[in-house]
Amino acid sequence: MTGGTQQSKRFLRMFLTRNEARLGLTIVIVFLVVAFTVAIAGNSVVPYDPIQQDVGPILAAPSAAHLFGTDNLGRDVFSRIVVATPNDLLVSVIVISSSFLVGIVLGGVAGYWGGILDEILMRSTDVIFAIPALVLAMSIAVILGPGLVHMTYALMIIWWPPYARLARGEALQVSQKNFIEAAKTSGTKTLTILRRHLTPNILNAMLAYATLDIGTVVVVYAGLSYLGLSVQPPTPDWGAMVNAYQDYLVSAPWLPLFPAFIIAAVVIGFSLLGNALRDTIEAQSIS
Amino acid sequence: MNEHHSLLETRDLKTYFALRGSILQKRRYVHAVDSVSITVDSGETVAVVGESGCGKTTLARSILLLTHPTAGAITFLAQEAVRSNKYYRDMQIVFQDPDSSLDPTMRIHDIIAEPLVGLSKLGKEEIDKKITQIMKEVGLGNDILGRIPRQLSGGQKQRVNIARAIITEPKLVVLDEPTSALDASVQAQILNLLLDLQTNHGLSYLIITHNISVAEYMSDRIYVMYAGKVVEQGPTAEVIKKPRHPYTIALLASAPIPDPKKRNLLTIDVTGEPPSAIDPPPGCRFNPRCPYAKQLCKVNEPSLDPISPNRFVACHFVNETA
Amino acid sequence: MGVQTLAEDILKVSGLSVNYESSQGTVHALESVSIAIESRSLIAVVGESGSGKSTLGLAVIGLLPSPPAKDITGKVEYKGVNLLELDKESIRSYRGTEIAMIFQEPITSLNPVYKVGTQIEEAIRIRDARKTDTSKSENPRKNEAHERRDEVISSLKRVRIPDPENVADRYPFELSGGMRQRVMIAMALSQKPSLLIADEPTTALDVTTQAEVLKLMRNLMNEVDTSILLITHDLAVASQVADRVAVMYGGQIVEEAEVNELFSQPLHPYTNGLLSCIPTGSKKETRLKPILGNVLDLRETYAYCKFAPRCPFVKDKCWASKPDLKPSKGEHLVACFLYE
Repeated sequence: MTGGTQQSKRFLRMFLTRNEARLGLTIVIVFLVVAFTVAIAGNSVVPYDPIQQDVGPILAAPSAAHLFGTDNLGRDVFSRIVVATPNDLLVSVIVISSSFLVGIVLGGVAGYWGGILDEILMRSTDVIFAIPALVLAMSIAVILGPGLVHMTYALMIIWWPPYARLARGEALQVSQKNFIEAAKTSGTKTLTILRRHLTPNILNAMLAYATLDIGTVVVVYAGLSYLGLSVQPPTPDWGAMVNAYQDYLVSAPWLPLFPAFIIAAVVIGFSLLGNALRDTIEAQSIS
Repeated sequence: MNEHHSLLETRDLKTYFALRGSILQKRRYVHAVDSVSITVDSGETVAVVGESGCGKTTLARSILLLTHPTAGAITFLAQEAVRSNKYYRDMQIVFQDPDSSLDPTMRIHDIIAEPLVGLSKLGKEEIDKKITQIMKEVGLGNDILGRIPRQLSGGQKQRVNIARAIITEPKLVVLDEPTSALDASVQAQILNLLLDLQTNHGLSYLIITHNISVAEYMSDRIYVMYAGKVVEQGPTAEVIKKPRHPYTIALLASAPIPDPKKRNLLTIDVTGEPPSAIDPPPGCRFNPRCPYAKQLCKVNEPSLDPISPNRFVACHFVNETA
Repeated sequence: MGVQTLAEDILKVSGLSVNYESSQGTVHALESVSIAIESRSLIAVVGESGSGKSTLGLAVIGLLPSPPAKDITGKVEYKGVNLLELDKESIRSYRGTEIAMIFQEPITSLNPVYKVGTQIEEAIRIRDARKTDTSKSENPRKNEAHERRDEVISSLKRVRIPDPENVADRYPFELSGGMRQRVMIAMALSQKPSLLIADEPTTALDVTTQAEVLKLMRNLMNEVDTSILLITHDLAVASQVADRVAVMYGGQIVEEAEVNELFSQPLHPYTNGLLSCIPTGSKKETRLKPILGNVLDLRETYAYCKFAPRCPFVKDKCWASKPDLKPSKGEHLVACFLYE
């Protein structure tokens, strides 16, 4: 067994002994499974058609027949929530992945080379930071029209700067290390140095950040959806549902509370996972 | 008579670093290496000693072209030094800190293979064969090859560093504080290893160190640096036995000897710190701390003059230290 | 077990053992360590990494992080009081006033956002607050501040810092390594401790600065009536300033003697090995004789002498039991079956 796999196994073991990791992983896996199932099998996995009205009495409290109750149009809330799962998760995975990739490439190169490249990157991130996220999202909604895909684009445009900054900071530190110079005196080509030496060494910090960040994307997307900028009715979406049902908070509390709770659950799940990941990385580097 | 070509030669090498200044202020420079000329001949070990800030590390990096020299010339193997695969095949470096000189995410096998991958055209099998051979020479078992650096001890890491440096069969190896981060017993092992490798491979060494006893033990000739300049140079045995530059005298007097009957430490009287290397003032750089300093020293910088065929000292009043 | 002296023992450590909890098992960092320090003397504890020397220093001043330190047994008697039996509050009253400690990297011990003078003043203020001297409360505040400032300047003068008024107004990053270490010594000594523990105080310093700081520490001992426990990996440094030297290996003291005695008649094979490792002269004259093998894994317990696997003089007895630290002649102690 080589050192690398030995380390990974040990990491996994240390990781899984943590309660945070186990709980977080469970939550996340449940949601991911649901998302995949819905994405593949569609509406057939849920007991009721999510957009069909009057499948039961309107505003019915949760019962055996309707686990999360029914809404003001007699639609089954449980079915609606389940079917909406891929939306939030898909958006966050796509946004985080693209931000991660863009960030690590731009930030890594800027941190390694410094100079003009670094300046350009820093100023670009400054520009993006200066734009309030919601304003940008709303502008895009106005220009392109609302919708899941368009909101995903909006988020992808504004989400990458922290990753680039993080990657740049890490790259700056790593570039000072002697092993980078040893690579240069070993005749290693620059591209290979970036790929083989720089990237693996800045990956750790970025992964920890990314895992914690997924929850944030979920919340922000839910917010956009709440504002009506994402999918339009009658297509179910968690954020939109919170908006649509908020007037029933007193009379039929299950209506706004279940989607809100589900959003919170996803965020908590990813946060726990991210925390456990970060702690394990720290613990491993100490021991 | 043939002209003698040294293996490595620097002539009036200068490496200055520009400081970021404002538009209103004139550009200021750190004179890290200020007109340094050293030579290393084939088969010999040359030590460059000095304390922090004297420029010895920058000198090493300049010779390795990792830092761009500002002025002066470097000649290696009778050719002008130019970054190329050939240059690094023949000149390698062992870095100071065994922790930061090995990529923590790479396996030892790949770390040692890297110079061959980058600088030679050898195939995978030939590389593996060379690695096996080198591992034996540096005293490491093959089981280490699959590990990553954090699984190794300080001594093992340094051996890996050395293996990586000699695998391309260089002519010159620059050793930057090769044992400073190691325990005493490990240091002794590594020094012995370096000596054996030198004999077996016909290597030349340029050792950069602040440790006088290591310099004395390992080197044939020594250069003493202070504030970016060479202040004394000569055969190691002579310089150690009878240092002539006031700084060398103070440096050697400060180096603790493991003999309680010779408590030299408590009798030295040199105080203060080295000067800032930013736009240094005129005159001898050691003059503020020098017990022999006179008015001339504040104004006129002394040149490295011979006091005997191989001994050079940069001091106006070197006669007073005889 | 201990050294019988006529002078007063400031510190007497008896049978001190410390374990650390780590992710890979329990590390036996110190095993039944006994050592004594007289007043106004400097004892150097010399060892390589893993010898337990830093743990010893931290244990004496009560700064062992626990967890992961655990199973601390034995006695640490400071002026007759067993510090290990005191509660945290009581230990804190000793720390800084009676026992002070300085470390290797002064830049991490000094607060970067406060001027140096302010930090020394704070140390003085804490010391004054601990005194129950009623006469102090009669002085108006203004004079107190003025007095403290004077004391700051004089403490900087005492550590031979040039231009102390100027230096007191500097921030730590503006000073060189040597100056910072002197400031640390000034802070430590402002409390007038009877014991100063210095853990590798000069390892990060240049050779010339190291010489100055060591000379300073040696001279201050008598001025301030302090004993010094110097922890170092460098035998040469120890030879230059110590009155007595204790050599540690694998969490134990293997030899302890007066400094001249240790260097002229080293008894323990490890001490001998360490001395042979120091490069002296040129490669043409001698070949360094390194100690073969590696340090034992301290996560295990051993029923035999920990140095046995590396000892050139090992006999059967050495594998059967552990030698105790005993006087071989007079006050020269050694833990080795060669001398029993």
